[in-house]
Amino acid sequence: MAGPITVPVRALILGVALMLAGPAAPLDVEEEFVLGRGDAASPLRILSTTDVSAARPFLEAFHGANPDVPIRYTVASTISAYDAIAREKLSFDLVISSAMDLQMKLANDGHARPIPDSAELDAVPRTARWRDLIVGISVEPVVIVARSDAFAADEVPHTRRELIDRLREDPERFRGRVGTYDPATSGAGYLFASQDAAFGSTFWRLAEVIGRLDARLYCCSGEMINDLADGKLLVAYNLVGSYSRARAAEDPRLLVIEPDDFTLQLLRTALVPQSAANPDAAVRMLNFLLSDAGIAAINVVPGQISVMSAPSGRLGASRTIRLDPGLLANLDRIRKDDFLREWTAAMVQP
Amino acid sequence: MTDPARGPGSLPRRLAAVGLGGSLQRKLIWQFLAAAALAAVTLFLAIRVTADRAAEAAQDSVLAAATLALSEGLLAEDDELDLDLPPTVLSMLSAMGEDQVFYRVVLQGRTVTGYENLALPAAIPTGGEPVFYKTSLNGTPVRAASLTRTILFDGAQTDVQFALAQTRHGQAAIADAIARRAGFLGIGFFVLAVPMSLLAARAILGPIGQVADGVSRRGPQDLRPVAERVPPELAPFIAALNGFIRRLRLAHSRTETFIAEAAHHIRTPLSAIRAEAEVALHEAGDDNIRTRLRRVIRSAEECSRSASQLMDHALVMSRSDREVRGPVELGALLDGLIASMRPTADLRELSLRWRRPDEPVVVLGDRLLLETALRNILDNAIKYSNPDDAIDLLLEVSGREASVKVLDRGRGIAKADLASLAPRFQRGENVRDIVGSGLGLTMVTEVSDSHDGRFRLEPREGGGTCAHFSLPLA
Repeated sequence: MAGPITVPVRALILGVALMLAGPAAPLDVEEEFVLGRGDAASPLRILSTTDVSAARPFLEAFHGANPDVPIRYTVASTISAYDAIAREKLSFDLVISSAMDLQMKLANDGHARPIPDSAELDAVPRTARWRDLIVGISVEPVVIVARSDAFAADEVPHTRRELIDRLREDPERFRGRVGTYDPATSGAGYLFASQDAAFGSTFWRLAEVIGRLDARLYCCSGEMINDLADGKLLVAYNLVGSYSRARAAEDPRLLVIEPDDFTLQLLRTALVPQSAANPDAAVRMLNFLLSDAGIAAINVVPGQISVMSAPSGRLGASRTIRLDPGLLANLDRIRKDDFLREWTAAMVQP
Repeated sequence: MTDPARGPGSLPRRLAAVGLGGSLQRKLIWQFLAAAALAAVTLFLAIRVTADRAAEAAQDSVLAAATLALSEGLLAEDDELDLDLPPTVLSMLSAMGEDQVFYRVVLQGRTVTGYENLALPAAIPTGGEPVFYKTSLNGTPVRAASLTRTILFDGAQTDVQFALAQTRHGQAAIADAIARRAGFLGIGFFVLAVPMSLLAARAILGPIGQVADGVSRRGPQDLRPVAERVPPELAPFIAALNGFIRRLRLAHSRTETFIAEAAHHIRTPLSAIRAEAEVALHEAGDDNIRTRLRRVIRSAEECSRSASQLMDHALVMSRSDREVRGPVELGALLDGLIASMRPTADLRELSLRWRRPDEPVVVLGDRLLLETALRNILDNAIKYSNPDDAIDLLLEVSGREASVKVLDRGRGIAKADLASLAPRFQRGENVRDIVGSGLGLTMVTEVSDSHDGRFRLEPREGGGTCAHFSLPLA
């Protein structure tokens, strides 16, 4: 999900063994973006998993309103970002991440500091915040992306069941051309897969079907979308909505499908780590992101919707991933091993 | 009582002569308030402690259920562990107050999953029931539950320790919210207690004020014992007061008896003097001596009259406080009175004219006193009338009042005299200051006062005096 730059596999493997004490990985910076005097004594240091192209509108809007606050925006993978705070104790003022479970673990383990009350914070829906430690910034669906020529116009699948049927009907056409995250290497992929699995048996049936079709597994959404655009893939399952919509807006060959049976909604969340050197500036940024100007700057990016303008509650097929310590179960070592064993069994079939 | 402008119930005046200690009312109010404050604080603490315990018990039972669910999720296949940890197990611990959650699974002394730094209880639990304890993790205080379960691992029954911990922000928040409410309740209770204690102190001290008022409002001759209903606590005070009144009445009645006795003893020799002087008048030839004897006779008459009035007065004094009241028909009473007075009037060549309604006029009173009072009024009229005058007696009923008017054509009362006498009569004060004929009118006033009636003297149109004595009808 971290944009076009590949996350080193080493960091992901370390992330799998999250609970084990081990040598900390150095922070793998994928992108860096500086606004104002970056060498100033105390810039607002943001560690984020959202790439610069999606963050730039709100960063610039904030800087326009607060020219006295220089910003240093660092992009890293979800697991790198977690490690930077939890293990390396690097000093950042704000951590924005799409890995809800890792954010929850940071807060649960005492790495987040309370965010002071404000009118903006009060207005955030209860489902989009956890205590005064984690605040949702934006919400986006987890979608299926298909090439527009993958299905006949009247056969475009709108549920997982229909997708299974389409894949079964023409296995030769789809063999090797279905892609999804590798839950073993992608934190987001594991989160989506495990949440999917919690909603019923359809997920495992789908896993068996795409396993039989020699599905291609990816670490990151960027590569997956590239392969779709190139025609190497016909269908990609469980992609992050913001990137998919952004690419589909430019590329008419891509079709974004929000499944009608249920569509997971992912929260991009922010927290102020204990190590923050400039927490006041971080709180200003947070309040700005929740203000009208911030909401507009977030919504300007296709597929990215502010939590403040997202439809509230569980409307229709939307299933917002619950932001609470239940997410910790996701990170349980034994549970994850179990899940990956099942997953591997589905993928590698005799 | 020396200042007529002040009512009898005027407290400062009454208290002025009394040595004052600490105010009972203030003392009572302070004690009530202190008790209320104590009760409010106790209420607050009791609610707070109870709420805290209740919240802890509720959360403990959730924690216990979650710990059981966690332990039941662990299965082993040979030497591979399989943990079915539904997210809801952790979610439900957080549901109440968004608490942080930690868990740990220990098998053969090795942490197989969870937080290695979550402490197990000092005594490792052996049964399947969760044991609760408090510990801290990374400096955060947590409430934890732990239990041991046996699973078949690698072909052998193996003990596995489960620990599940949560912060208690939710419990603290609930306890704080309840404590805040309890605080408001306590303050509200206290605020309510302020006027209540004022009212209660007033209610408790009320009977004292009532007795004091009742005693103060009495006429000077009212020496009845205090009969008001009082709380038993005041009974000794009332008993002492009544004892004092009894002694006072005894002394008073002794004085009255003495006066009556003295008057009686004076009257007998006076009669003798008069009789002897009249005999001497008959026998004396010298005009000079006859004149002197006539003066002696008149003086003896005056003296005898005064003695009679003294006796009447003593009678009024001794009867005014006794319950000898009954229905009295004024018409018949006046008929009798006029009949007995007529000889005296005839002697002075006065005509008595008497008018009364046909129906009986009944009032409630002491017949003897009323008769004495009316006789004094009539006696006065006869005394001050000139020979050949007429005296008019009227009995009338107006509204709820019976009034007796005695009209004469005597020398009347000067306006100035009337003004100076009237207030003294109406207040019925200073008996000792009034001597001679004034005693009679004082006595009349006292009778009318003790019967809730009115008595006044007015100048009559065309000369003379109108004495107006009125009583409420029975």
